[in-house]
Amino acid sequence: MTPDLPAIIESLLFAAEEPLRMETLREVLDGVAPAAIRQALDHLGAEYEKRGGGFYLQQVAGGYQLRTRPCFHSWIRRLRGSGSERLSRPALETLAIVAYRQPILRAEIENLRGVDCGGVLRLLLERRLIRVMGRKEIPGRPLIYGTTRQFLEIFELRDLKDLPTLKEIRELVPDAASPEPSSAPEDGKNP
Amino acid sequence: MQSTDYAVRVEHIFEGPMDLLIHLIRKNEVDIYDIPVALITEQYLQYLDWMQTLNIDLAGDFILMAATLAQIKSRMLLPVHSQETETEEDPRLELVRPLTEYLRIKEAAEMLSQRNLLGEHTFVRQPEALPRTEVDETPVVRIGLFELIDAFRQILDRVGPAHQVNLDADTISIKDRIAQLVDRLEQQPSLTFDELFQGQGSRTEVIVTFLAILEMARLELIDFVQHVETGIIRIFYR
Repeated sequence: MTPDLPAIIESLLFAAEEPLRMETLREVLDGVAPAAIRQALDHLGAEYEKRGGGFYLQQVAGGYQLRTRPCFHSWIRRLRGSGSERLSRPALETLAIVAYRQPILRAEIENLRGVDCGGVLRLLLERRLIRVMGRKEIPGRPLIYGTTRQFLEIFELRDLKDLPTLKEIRELVPDAASPEPSSAPEDGKNP
Repeated sequence: MQSTDYAVRVEHIFEGPMDLLIHLIRKNEVDIYDIPVALITEQYLQYLDWMQTLNIDLAGDFILMAATLAQIKSRMLLPVHSQETETEEDPRLELVRPLTEYLRIKEAAEMLSQRNLLGEHTFVRQPEALPRTEVDETPVVRIGLFELIDAFRQILDRVGPAHQVNLDADTISIKDRIAQLVDRLEQQPSLTFDELFQGQGSRTEVIVTFLAILEMARLELIDFVQHVETGIIRIFYR
Protein backbone atom coordinates (compact mmCIF):
# COMPACT_ATOMS: atom_id res chain seq x y z
CA MET A 1 0.00 0.00 0.00
CA THR A 2 1.34 3.38 -1.01
CA PRO A 3 1.97 5.36 2.16
CA ASP A 4 0.01 8.36 0.89
CA LEU A 5 -2.91 6.35 -0.53
CA PRO A 6 -5.34 7.66 2.14
CA ALA A 7 -4.25 11.22 1.32
CA ILE A 8 -4.72 10.63 -2.41
CA ILE A 9 -8.18 9.22 -1.82
CA GLU A 10 -8.99 12.11 0.48
CA SER A 11 -8.10 14.55 -2.30
CA LEU A 12 -10.35 12.62 -4.69
CA LEU A 13 -13.22 12.68 -2.19
CA PHE A 14 -12.77 16.40 -1.75
CA ALA A 15 -12.77 17.14 -5.48
CA ALA A 16 -15.54 14.72 -6.48
CA GLU A 17 -18.85 16.23 -7.46
CA GLU A 18 -20.90 13.23 -6.47
CA PRO A 19 -20.55 10.10 -4.36
CA LEU A 20 -17.32 8.44 -5.48
CA ARG A 21 -17.91 4.89 -6.58
CA MET A 22 -15.54 2.05 -5.90
CA GLU A 23 -15.26 1.44 -9.67
CA THR A 24 -14.27 5.06 -10.25
CA LEU A 25 -11.65 4.86 -7.51
CA ARG A 26 -10.24 1.68 -9.03
CA GLU A 27 -10.12 3.29 -12.46
CA VAL A 28 -8.40 6.43 -11.20
CA LEU A 29 -6.02 4.57 -8.89
CA ASP A 30 -5.01 2.23 -11.67
CA GLY A 31 -3.16 -0.76 -10.27
CA VAL A 32 -4.01 -0.33 -6.61
CA ALA A 33 -5.68 -3.40 -5.13
CA PRO A 34 -9.36 -2.92 -4.20
CA ALA A 35 -8.63 -4.25 -0.72
CA ALA A 36 -6.04 -1.50 -0.21
CA ILE A 37 -8.53 1.15 -1.39
CA ARG A 38 -11.16 -0.14 0.97
CA GLN A 39 -8.66 -0.22 3.80
CA ALA A 40 -7.66 3.38 3.07
CA LEU A 41 -11.33 4.44 3.04
CA ASP A 42 -11.92 2.75 6.39
CA HIS A 43 -8.81 4.43 7.71
CA LEU A 44 -10.06 7.85 6.55
CA GLY A 45 -13.52 7.30 7.99
CA ALA A 46 -12.07 6.28 11.35
CA GLU A 47 -9.73 9.25 11.30
CA TYR A 48 -12.60 11.70 10.73
CA GLU A 49 -14.54 10.12 13.59
CA LYS A 50 -11.55 10.36 15.90
CA ARG A 51 -10.91 13.95 14.95
CA GLY A 52 -14.60 14.90 15.35
CA GLY A 53 -14.27 17.75 12.86
CA GLY A 54 -16.79 19.37 10.57
CA PHE A 55 -17.41 16.47 8.21
CA TYR A 56 -17.63 12.71 8.04
CA LEU A 57 -17.27 10.03 5.39
CA GLN A 58 -20.57 8.51 4.34
CA GLN A 59 -21.38 5.60 2.08
CA VAL A 60 -24.25 6.78 -0.06
CA ALA A 61 -25.92 5.85 -3.38
CA GLY A 62 -23.27 3.25 -4.16
CA GLY A 63 -20.33 5.58 -3.43
CA TYR A 64 -18.39 7.48 -0.80
CA GLN A 65 -18.93 11.14 0.00
CA LEU A 66 -17.72 13.74 2.47
CA ARG A 67 -20.67 15.35 4.23
CA THR A 68 -20.92 18.01 6.90
CA ARG A 69 -21.94 16.88 10.36
CA PRO A 70 -25.65 17.36 11.04
CA CYS A 71 -24.94 19.30 14.23
CA PHE A 72 -23.57 22.16 12.15
CA HIS A 73 -26.54 22.39 9.80
CA SER A 74 -27.71 25.78 11.04
CA TRP A 75 -24.30 27.34 10.25
CA ILE A 76 -24.36 26.07 6.71
CA ARG A 77 -27.90 27.28 6.32
CA ARG A 78 -26.67 30.73 7.25
CA LEU A 79 -23.86 30.48 4.70
CA ARG A 80 -26.08 29.31 1.88
CA GLY A 81 -29.26 31.18 2.63
CA SER A 82 -32.56 29.34 2.42
CA GLY A 83 -32.42 25.58 2.52
CA SER A 84 -34.32 23.16 0.32
CA GLU A 85 -38.06 23.08 0.67
CA ARG A 86 -39.37 20.43 3.05
CA LEU A 87 -41.54 17.62 1.79
CA SER A 88 -45.10 17.64 3.06
CA ARG A 89 -46.47 14.65 4.94
CA PRO A 90 -48.51 13.42 1.93
CA ALA A 91 -45.40 13.74 -0.26
CA LEU A 92 -43.27 11.81 2.24
CA GLU A 93 -45.89 9.07 2.52
CA THR A 94 -46.13 8.74 -1.24
CA LEU A 95 -42.35 8.67 -1.53
CA ALA A 96 -42.20 5.98 1.16
CA ILE A 97 -44.69 3.86 -0.79
CA VAL A 98 -42.68 4.19 -4.00
CA ALA A 99 -39.42 3.46 -2.16
CA TYR A 100 -40.66 0.32 -0.44
CA ARG A 101 -42.96 -1.04 -3.13
CA GLN A 102 -41.22 -0.16 -6.40
CA PRO A 103 -41.86 -0.77 -9.24
CA ILE A 104 -45.34 0.53 -8.55
CA LEU A 105 -48.30 2.02 -10.43
CA ARG A 106 -50.16 5.19 -9.49
CA ALA A 107 -53.37 3.19 -8.95
CA GLU A 108 -51.57 0.97 -6.43
CA ILE A 109 -50.24 4.01 -4.57
CA GLU A 110 -53.70 5.58 -4.44
CA ASN A 111 -55.13 2.31 -3.23
CA LEU A 112 -52.74 2.32 -0.29
CA ARG A 113 -53.24 5.95 0.63
CA GLY A 114 -56.97 6.10 -0.14
CA VAL A 115 -56.64 9.47 -1.90
CA ASP A 116 -55.70 10.90 -5.29
CA CYS A 117 -51.91 11.18 -5.66
CA GLY A 118 -51.50 12.89 -9.04
CA GLY A 119 -50.26 16.21 -7.70
CA VAL A 120 -47.90 14.65 -5.19
CA LEU A 121 -46.40 12.34 -7.82
CA ARG A 122 -45.78 15.29 -10.11
CA LEU A 123 -43.99 17.12 -7.30
CA LEU A 124 -41.81 14.11 -6.53
CA LEU A 125 -40.97 13.74 -10.24
CA GLU A 126 -40.03 17.42 -10.46
CA ARG A 127 -37.76 17.09 -7.47
CA ARG A 128 -36.22 14.02 -9.08
CA LEU A 129 -36.93 11.80 -6.12
CA ILE A 130 -38.91 9.37 -8.24
CA ARG A 131 -38.78 8.50 -11.91
CA VAL A 132 -40.85 6.80 -14.56
CA MET A 133 -39.43 3.36 -15.19
CA GLY A 134 -41.66 2.49 -18.11
CA ARG A 135 -45.21 1.37 -18.76
CA LYS A 136 -46.99 -1.75 -17.64
CA GLU A 137 -48.37 -3.79 -20.51
CA ILE A 138 -51.94 -3.91 -19.27
CA PRO A 139 -54.98 -1.99 -20.59
CA GLY A 140 -54.30 1.73 -20.39
CA ARG A 141 -50.53 1.07 -20.25
CA PRO A 142 -50.08 2.90 -16.92
CA LEU A 143 -46.72 4.38 -15.92
CA ILE A 144 -44.46 2.47 -13.55
CA TYR A 145 -42.69 4.50 -10.85
CA GLY A 146 -39.48 3.94 -8.92
CA THR A 147 -37.00 6.00 -6.92
CA THR A 148 -33.92 7.74 -8.32
CA ARG A 149 -30.28 7.83 -7.34
CA GLN A 150 -30.95 11.34 -6.06
CA PHE A 151 -33.43 9.81 -3.61
CA LEU A 152 -30.62 7.66 -2.18
CA GLU A 153 -28.31 10.67 -1.98
CA ILE A 154 -30.83 12.89 -0.22
CA PHE A 155 -31.96 10.28 2.27
CA GLU A 156 -28.40 9.11 2.91
CA LEU A 157 -28.94 5.53 1.80
CA ARG A 158 -26.30 3.24 0.34
CA ASP A 159 -28.83 1.46 -1.85
CA LEU A 160 -32.44 0.36 -1.64
CA LYS A 161 -31.53 -2.54 0.62
CA ASP A 162 -30.35 0.08 3.10
CA LEU A 163 -33.96 1.25 3.69
CA PRO A 164 -34.93 0.68 7.32
CA THR A 165 -37.06 -2.42 7.84
CA LEU A 166 -40.64 -1.89 8.90
CA LYS A 167 -42.06 -3.35 12.09
CA GLU A 168 -45.38 -5.09 12.11
CA ILE A 169 -48.11 -2.84 13.44
CA ARG A 170 -49.43 -4.57 16.54
CA GLU A 171 -51.67 -1.92 17.94
CA LEU A 172 -52.32 1.77 17.70
CA VAL A 173 -50.12 3.49 20.17
CA PRO A 174 -51.66 6.88 20.95
CA ASP A 175 -50.08 9.56 18.81
CA ALA A 176 -47.28 7.36 17.58
CA ALA A 177 -48.56 6.66 14.12
CA SER A 178 -49.08 10.11 12.65
CA PRO A 179 -46.68 12.56 14.18
CA GLU A 180 -45.76 15.57 12.13
CA PRO A 181 -42.16 15.42 11.01
CA SER A 182 -40.21 17.16 13.75
CA SER A 183 -39.35 20.67 12.67
CA ALA A 184 -36.11 20.88 14.62
CA PRO A 185 -33.60 18.19 13.77
CA GLU A 186 -31.99 16.74 16.84
CA ASP A 187 -28.28 16.90 17.07
CA GLY A 188 -26.59 13.68 18.05
CA LYS A 189 -28.00 11.61 15.18
CA ASN A 190 -25.02 11.64 12.93
CA PRO A 191 -23.55 8.27 12.13
CA MET B 1 -71.32 18.27 -1.31
CA GLN B 2 -73.06 21.51 -2.04
CA SER B 3 -71.88 23.92 -4.64
CA THR B 4 -71.17 27.01 -2.65
CA ASP B 5 -68.77 29.82 -3.31
CA TYR B 6 -66.84 29.06 -0.17
CA ALA B 7 -65.22 25.71 0.39
CA VAL B 8 -62.41 24.47 2.56
CA ARG B 9 -60.07 21.83 1.29
CA VAL B 10 -60.45 18.88 3.59
CA GLU B 11 -56.85 17.79 3.16
CA HIS B 12 -55.72 20.16 5.85
CA ILE B 13 -57.88 18.51 8.45
CA PHE B 14 -57.81 14.86 7.49
CA GLU B 15 -55.76 13.98 4.52
CA GLY B 16 -58.04 11.16 3.54
CA PRO B 17 -60.63 8.74 4.88
CA MET B 18 -57.88 6.53 6.32
CA ASP B 19 -56.65 9.36 8.53
CA LEU B 20 -60.14 9.97 9.81
CA LEU B 21 -60.58 6.28 10.63
CA ILE B 22 -57.25 6.13 12.46
CA HIS B 23 -58.20 9.26 14.35
CA LEU B 24 -61.48 7.66 15.45
CA ILE B 25 -59.90 4.36 16.43
CA ARG B 26 -57.34 6.18 18.52
CA LYS B 27 -59.86 8.52 20.04
CA ASN B 28 -62.04 5.63 21.16
CA GLU B 29 -58.99 3.67 22.31
CA VAL B 30 -60.14 0.51 20.57
CA ASP B 31 -58.09 -2.36 19.20
CA ILE B 32 -57.43 -2.06 15.48
CA TYR B 33 -57.93 -5.84 15.14
CA ASP B 34 -61.29 -5.67 16.94
CA ILE B 35 -62.94 -2.52 15.64
CA PRO B 36 -66.47 -1.86 16.92
CA VAL B 37 -67.77 -1.20 13.41
CA ALA B 38 -71.20 0.13 14.41
CA LEU B 39 -69.69 2.73 16.73
CA ILE B 40 -66.95 3.79 14.34
CA THR B 41 -69.35 4.00 11.38
CA GLU B 42 -71.71 6.18 13.38
CA GLN B 43 -68.91 8.55 14.38
CA TYR B 44 -67.46 8.55 10.89
CA LEU B 45 -70.81 9.65 9.45
CA GLN B 46 -71.11 12.31 12.15
CA TYR B 47 -67.79 13.73 11.02
CA LEU B 48 -68.92 13.77 7.40
CA ASP B 49 -72.11 15.59 8.42
CA TRP B 50 -70.15 18.02 10.48
CA MET B 51 -67.70 18.69 7.67
CA GLN B 52 -70.51 19.23 5.21
CA THR B 53 -72.26 21.75 7.44
CA LEU B 54 -68.96 23.62 7.59
CA ASN B 55 -68.93 23.67 3.80
CA ILE B 56 -65.81 21.56 3.70
CA ASP B 57 -65.50 20.11 0.25
CA LEU B 58 -65.49 16.35 0.73
CA ALA B 59 -63.53 14.21 -1.65
CA GLY B 60 -65.35 11.24 -3.12
CA ASP B 61 -62.97 8.95 -1.24
CA PHE B 62 -64.71 9.87 2.03
CA ILE B 63 -68.09 8.83 0.65
CA LEU B 64 -66.64 5.59 -0.70
CA MET B 65 -65.24 4.72 2.73
CA ALA B 66 -68.63 5.48 4.30
CA ALA B 67 -70.20 2.97 1.91
CA THR B 68 -67.55 0.36 2.76
CA LEU B 69 -68.16 0.89 6.47
CA ALA B 70 -71.93 0.55 6.05
CA GLN B 71 -71.45 -2.63 4.07
CA ILE B 72 -69.16 -4.19 6.67
CA LYS B 73 -71.57 -3.20 9.40
CA SER B 74 -74.46 -4.93 7.66
CA ARG B 75 -72.39 -8.06 7.04
CA MET B 76 -71.58 -8.18 10.75
CA LEU B 77 -75.30 -8.19 11.51
CA LEU B 78 -76.01 -11.21 9.33
CA PRO B 79 -76.43 -14.46 11.25
CA VAL B 80 -73.42 -16.69 10.90
CA HIS B 81 -74.27 -20.27 10.04
CA SER B 82 -72.23 -22.72 12.01
CA GLN B 83 -71.09 -24.74 8.97
CA GLU B 84 -69.79 -21.60 7.30
CA THR B 85 -67.83 -20.22 10.19
CA GLU B 86 -64.65 -21.92 9.11
CA THR B 87 -64.66 -20.57 5.60
CA GLU B 88 -66.01 -17.10 6.20
CA GLU B 89 -63.52 -14.59 7.48
CA ASP B 90 -64.23 -11.60 9.66
CA PRO B 91 -65.70 -8.90 7.37
CA ARG B 92 -63.65 -6.33 9.30
CA LEU B 93 -60.47 -7.70 7.75
CA GLU B 94 -61.41 -5.71 4.69
CA LEU B 95 -60.82 -2.66 6.84
CA VAL B 96 -57.98 -3.91 9.02
CA ARG B 97 -55.67 -4.89 6.16
CA PRO B 98 -55.56 -1.50 4.42
CA LEU B 99 -55.45 0.29 7.77
CA THR B 100 -52.44 -1.61 9.08
CA GLU B 101 -50.79 -1.22 5.69
CA TYR B 102 -51.41 2.51 5.86
CA LEU B 103 -49.93 2.70 9.35
CA ARG B 104 -46.80 0.94 8.14
CA ILE B 105 -46.47 3.51 5.38
CA LYS B 106 -46.84 6.34 7.86
CA GLU B 107 -44.14 4.76 9.96
CA ALA B 108 -41.90 4.40 6.91
CA ALA B 109 -42.45 8.06 6.01
CA GLU B 110 -41.59 9.04 9.55
CA MET B 111 -38.38 6.99 9.50
CA LEU B 112 -37.39 8.60 6.20
CA SER B 113 -37.98 12.10 7.54
CA GLN B 114 -35.77 11.39 10.56
CA ARG B 115 -32.71 10.55 8.52
CA ASN B 116 -29.91 13.02 7.97
CA LEU B 117 -31.32 14.73 4.93
CA LEU B 118 -28.97 16.14 2.35
CA GLY B 119 -29.60 19.87 2.00
CA GLU B 120 -31.21 20.05 5.38
CA HIS B 121 -29.09 18.36 8.03
CA THR B 122 -26.00 17.51 6.08
CA PHE B 123 -24.35 19.19 3.12
CA VAL B 124 -21.80 18.43 0.45
CA ARG B 125 -19.48 20.77 -1.35
CA GLN B 126 -21.41 22.50 -4.09
CA PRO B 127 -20.58 21.04 -7.47
CA GLU B 128 -18.99 23.26 -10.05
CA ALA B 129 -21.09 24.39 -12.97
CA LEU B 130 -22.27 21.44 -15.01
CA PRO B 131 -21.11 21.08 -18.61
CA ARG B 132 -24.67 21.63 -19.71
CA THR B 133 -24.36 25.42 -19.29
CA GLU B 134 -21.47 25.30 -21.74
CA VAL B 135 -23.66 23.71 -24.34
CA ASP B 136 -26.43 26.19 -23.62
CA GLU B 137 -24.19 29.04 -24.68
CA THR B 138 -23.62 27.68 -28.15
CA PRO B 139 -26.38 28.11 -30.70
CA VAL B 140 -28.68 25.14 -30.62
CA VAL B 141 -32.14 24.40 -31.93
CA ARG B 142 -34.84 22.13 -30.65
CA ILE B 143 -35.46 19.46 -33.23
CA GLY B 144 -38.48 17.60 -34.40
CA LEU B 145 -39.34 14.05 -35.32
CA PHE B 146 -38.09 14.26 -38.92
CA GLU B 147 -34.58 15.34 -38.03
CA LEU B 148 -34.54 12.48 -35.56
CA ILE B 149 -35.61 9.99 -38.17
CA ASP B 150 -32.87 11.25 -40.51
CA ALA B 151 -30.26 10.78 -37.81
CA PHE B 152 -31.66 7.36 -37.05
CA ARG B 153 -31.41 6.32 -40.70
CA GLN B 154 -27.75 7.21 -40.76
CA ILE B 155 -27.15 4.98 -37.80
CA LEU B 156 -29.16 2.18 -39.32
CA ASP B 157 -27.10 2.44 -42.52
CA ARG B 158 -23.94 2.10 -40.51
CA VAL B 159 -25.22 -1.07 -38.86
CA GLY B 160 -25.54 -2.64 -42.24
CA PRO B 161 -28.18 -4.59 -44.09
CA ALA B 162 -30.52 -7.01 -42.45
CA HIS B 163 -28.86 -10.14 -43.84
CA GLN B 164 -27.22 -10.88 -40.51
CA VAL B 165 -28.90 -13.92 -39.10
CA ASN B 166 -29.77 -13.35 -35.51
CA LEU B 167 -29.63 -16.59 -33.58
CA ASP B 168 -29.73 -14.78 -30.30
CA ALA B 169 -33.33 -14.90 -29.11
CA ASP B 170 -32.42 -12.75 -26.14
CA THR B 171 -33.68 -9.48 -27.57
CA ILE B 172 -34.37 -6.64 -25.21
CA SER B 173 -37.76 -4.99 -24.72
CA ILE B 174 -38.39 -1.27 -25.15
CA LYS B 175 -39.24 -1.00 -21.47
CA ASP B 176 -35.91 -2.53 -20.44
CA ARG B 177 -34.06 -0.28 -22.86
CA ILE B 178 -35.76 2.79 -21.36
CA ALA B 179 -34.62 1.68 -17.92
CA GLN B 180 -31.05 1.23 -19.21
CA LEU B 181 -31.03 4.63 -20.88
CA VAL B 182 -32.41 6.33 -17.78
CA ASP B 183 -29.64 4.71 -15.75
CA ARG B 184 -27.04 6.05 -18.18
CA LEU B 185 -28.59 9.52 -18.24
CA GLU B 186 -28.59 9.61 -14.47
CA GLN B 187 -24.84 9.11 -14.55
CA GLN B 188 -24.34 11.57 -17.37
CA PRO B 189 -27.03 14.21 -17.90
CA SER B 190 -26.51 14.50 -21.65
CA LEU B 191 -25.49 12.10 -24.40
CA THR B 192 -25.07 12.55 -28.14
CA PHE B 193 -27.45 10.71 -30.41
CA ASP B 194 -24.60 8.47 -31.63
CA GLU B 195 -23.55 7.57 -28.11
CA LEU B 196 -27.00 6.19 -27.44
CA PHE B 197 -26.44 3.54 -30.08
CA GLN B 198 -22.85 2.65 -29.30
CA GLY B 199 -22.06 -1.02 -29.16
CA GLN B 200 -25.33 -2.07 -30.75
CA GLY B 201 -24.59 -4.46 -33.57
CA SER B 202 -27.95 -5.65 -34.73
CA ARG B 203 -30.75 -3.79 -36.49
CA THR B 204 -33.25 -5.04 -33.93
CA GLU B 205 -31.22 -3.55 -31.12
CA VAL B 206 -30.88 -0.20 -32.87
CA ILE B 207 -34.59 -0.09 -33.63
CA VAL B 208 -35.52 -0.95 -30.05
CA THR B 209 -33.25 1.85 -28.82
CA PHE B 210 -34.81 4.33 -31.23
CA LEU B 211 -38.34 3.39 -30.17
CA ALA B 212 -37.27 3.70 -26.54
CA ILE B 213 -35.96 7.21 -27.23
CA LEU B 214 -39.23 8.20 -28.89
CA GLU B 215 -41.21 6.84 -25.98
CA MET B 216 -39.01 8.72 -23.53
CA ALA B 217 -39.53 11.94 -25.47
CA ARG B 218 -43.26 11.37 -25.36
CA LEU B 219 -43.09 10.84 -21.60
CA GLU B 220 -41.14 14.12 -21.45
CA LEU B 221 -38.19 12.41 -19.83
CA ILE B 222 -35.72 13.79 -22.34
CA ASP B 223 -35.13 16.81 -24.57
CA PHE B 224 -33.43 16.84 -27.96
CA VAL B 225 -31.20 19.67 -29.00
CA GLN B 226 -29.20 20.03 -32.22
CA HIS B 227 -26.03 22.06 -32.51
CA VAL B 228 -26.43 24.57 -35.33
CA GLU B 229 -22.92 24.25 -36.77
CA THR B 230 -21.97 20.64 -36.19
CA GLY B 231 -25.44 19.19 -36.55
CA ILE B 232 -24.76 16.94 -33.56
CA ILE B 233 -27.93 15.94 -31.75
CA ARG B 234 -27.74 15.77 -27.97
CA ILE B 235 -30.21 14.21 -25.60
CA PHE B 236 -30.75 15.85 -22.23
CA TYR B 237 -32.27 14.19 -19.23
CA ARG B 238 -34.96 16.39 -17.74
